[in-house]
Amino acid sequence: MYKYDQYDHQILQERIAQFRGQTERFLAGDLKEEEFLPLRLQNGLYVQRLAPMLRINVPYGMVNSTQLRRLAHVARKYDKGYCHVSTRQNIQFNWPDLADVPDILAELAEVEMHATQSSGNCIRNTTSDQYAGINAEEVVDPRPYCEIIRQWSSFHPEFAFLPRKFKIAVTGSDTDRAAIQLHDIGLQVVKNENNEVGFRVLVGGGLGRTPVVGSLINEFLPEKHLLTYLDAILRTYNLLGRRDNKYKARIKILVKAMGIDAFKEKAEAEWAHIKDGPATLTDEEIARTRAFFTAPSYEQIDDSAVQAEVNALTTDNIAFGKWLTRNTFEHKVAGYAAVILSLKPTGVAPGDITDTQLDVIAELADQYSFGEARTTHEQNIVLADVKKSDLFTLWQLAKKAGFATPNIGTLTDMICCPGGDFCSLANAKSIPVAEAIQRRFDDIDYVYDIGDLDINISGCMNACGHHHIGHIGILGVDKKGEEYYQVQLGGRANEDAALGKVLGPAFGREQMTDVIDKLLNVYINNRHEDEIFVDTYSRIGLKPFKESVYAS
Amino acid sequence: MPANAQIIKDGAVVNDNWTLLADDQVDTTAITSQSIIPLALWQAEPSLQREDIGIALKNDIDLTAINDDLSNVPVIAIDFPTFMDGRGFSLARLLRERYGYTGEIRAVGHIIRDQLCSLKRCGFNSFSFNPENIQGEFDLKTMATSLADFSDAYQTSADTPTPLFRRRS
Ligand code: HEM
Ligand code: SF4
Repeated sequence: MYKYDQYDHQILQERIAQFRGQTERFLAGDLKEEEFLPLRLQNGLYVQRLAPMLRINVPYGMVNSTQLRRLAHVARKYDKGYCHVSTRQNIQFNWPDLADVPDILAELAEVEMHATQSSGNCIRNTTSDQYAGINAEEVVDPRPYCEIIRQWSSFHPEFAFLPRKFKIAVTGSDTDRAAIQLHDIGLQVVKNENNEVGFRVLVGGGLGRTPVVGSLINEFLPEKHLLTYLDAILRTYNLLGRRDNKYKARIKILVKAMGIDAFKEKAEAEWAHIKDGPATLTDEEIARTRAFFTAPSYEQIDDSAVQAEVNALTTDNIAFGKWLTRNTFEHKVAGYAAVILSLKPTGVAPGDITDTQLDVIAELADQYSFGEARTTHEQNIVLADVKKSDLFTLWQLAKKAGFATPNIGTLTDMICCPGGDFCSLANAKSIPVAEAIQRRFDDIDYVYDIGDLDINISGCMNACGHHHIGHIGILGVDKKGEEYYQVQLGGRANEDAALGKVLGPAFGREQMTDVIDKLLNVYINNRHEDEIFVDTYSRIGLKPFKESVYAS
Repeated sequence: MPANAQIIKDGAVVNDNWTLLADDQVDTTAITSQSIIPLALWQAEPSLQREDIGIALKNDIDLTAINDDLSNVPVIAIDFPTFMDGRGFSLARLLRERYGYTGEIRAVGHIIRDQLCSLKRCGFNSFSFNPENIQGEFDLKTMATSLADFSDAYQTSADTPTPLFRRRS
């Protein structure tokens, strides 16, 4: 994992001093509310329905045990003993006091964490694949580039007042777990025929009110040009992006309005001026950053022997077997596996986690995974480097701590925004819908029979819960002051990214579990062998689902 | 004497001798020595292309469309219609880094002190605040301390072209 040097520490300290001053001026009445607003947002502080919300960056999802313990401490000391893993791999606190925020940021800076640009019209935290560096299929580990982007974007003097927020995601595999097609810029690290590293660059994707799948702007950008190319795209957007209407201000609207060819021409004309300039990456810098992400000291393990032991344990422990199938992921190193800790037990808001649980994860990470963990955009936590021989013990400990629900990737592993319970922009509550679905479908055999299914819920069209890209997407809408839910089918977040199609008129909350039940029945009655829900949908289309759900 | 008779320039609080006449409809007879006038007017009136006349740029300007030599213009003022509109940051960088402009680049309109450090890094060296925009005491000297909010930075910029990764030790 990346470690700060004296420069990183110094720059972050200066940022905290700056924000402390701004907060004091605001509280003393010397800084206008509307001027403080973007300053606090750029330091992670939102004001929502009930209290401020503080969003802490987890850069590309990597977090170590020291940081987890510090987050637990912050949850205890400054909040109500819990926090929330967001769909952009970040950590959110829901109840901090404004006056405490500079102190919280100072405590986090000690462990090399920050809230820089986690909100506001600036370049946000860069997200990535939660299995970066450990999945066999990966071409290049994306994390060093994420870190290079983190530094480049932090306090970028030119791009702190963009037309709108700007999000970058990076993956290093063909299987896309970072949703790069749905970001303002999506990067796939690839190698060309000469084995040189570069990026496939996408631009203009995004969710929100106008969901758009990103367009290809560069098939192969050599790695050294990464930052100048980003500068060129951002500068083009900063100068030309719309500022008259905040719903039309994202880069996706600019790219659509200009057309990708014209946008590319403009951005690359800009790039021609700065290409090969001082911001061109050096081999030394790439090597320096890469050195932080080398493989930990894995043991030599006979995979088949340990796998046999693990398999033997499943005969007596069916529950362990179920957990293995859903909550582990294949590791590229023999004898190791990645473990997904589920933050989606029934009755808990998806992604919520307590201080005690954070401490437990820190402990488990220290014991079983080289002291590191990762947050996922599905709002779970991954221990990426677990010896298979430890899996059984780890399962028991995880169960005790409440995150062994064997539901990863299934219908009860929902993505869900805070919705009307917390968010002032909501049209409808989302957490109670998630909970009702979890309660209704509590038969694990049924859930397993359904298999892979993404249900994503947003409380309004801002799409924080990514409803457009759920296999089943649920969107809270307002009908004459009443809470209703629109259902969409067929969205996908992966390399075959697709946006869902609206099923038909919206439903009341009490109808939602029946609606899901009917949709699942259509799937069960029509599926071919090995076909998951969204594949059946793609084959048979919307009509059968629609007929079943709206049949009187 | 305009209300903002003092500005921050090159890190210090100084008296301002320039008059900003940014309105496109400016009456040419009002133009005296040390006026900052709209680009279009400056372009239209060669007699105004003098050492004591500056240029005011709106922030939707396309710099590539300017074919004039600006190198002898003493001051270029870039307007911030609101502090949330960050186009001026890019424009200043382009003037410095692309067009090699070495004269005074002044931020005018609505800026806030918390932007000073970034503005400076983008190439601005003078800052005109409208006292009406300031809540609390209007004290340029205190405000100017924000120029030094950061002592170093990761990126390449107009004032430090070499990015941190080429300087790191
Ligand atoms: C409760 C306070 C929250 C408020 C007021 C809020 C507000 C918003 C707004 C206004 C947008 C749309 C911006 C745009 O499209 O231009 C947005 C987008 C987004 N929010 Fe939230 N949000 C909140 C909490 C969350 C949480 C807890 C998460 C994570 C679980 C989240 C994840 C996202 C994501 C991923 C997007 C981006 C969708 C896109 O790519 O356009 N938000 N949020
Ligand atoms: S989707 Fe809407 S309701 Fe949900 S958190 Fe975002 S803004 Fe709030």
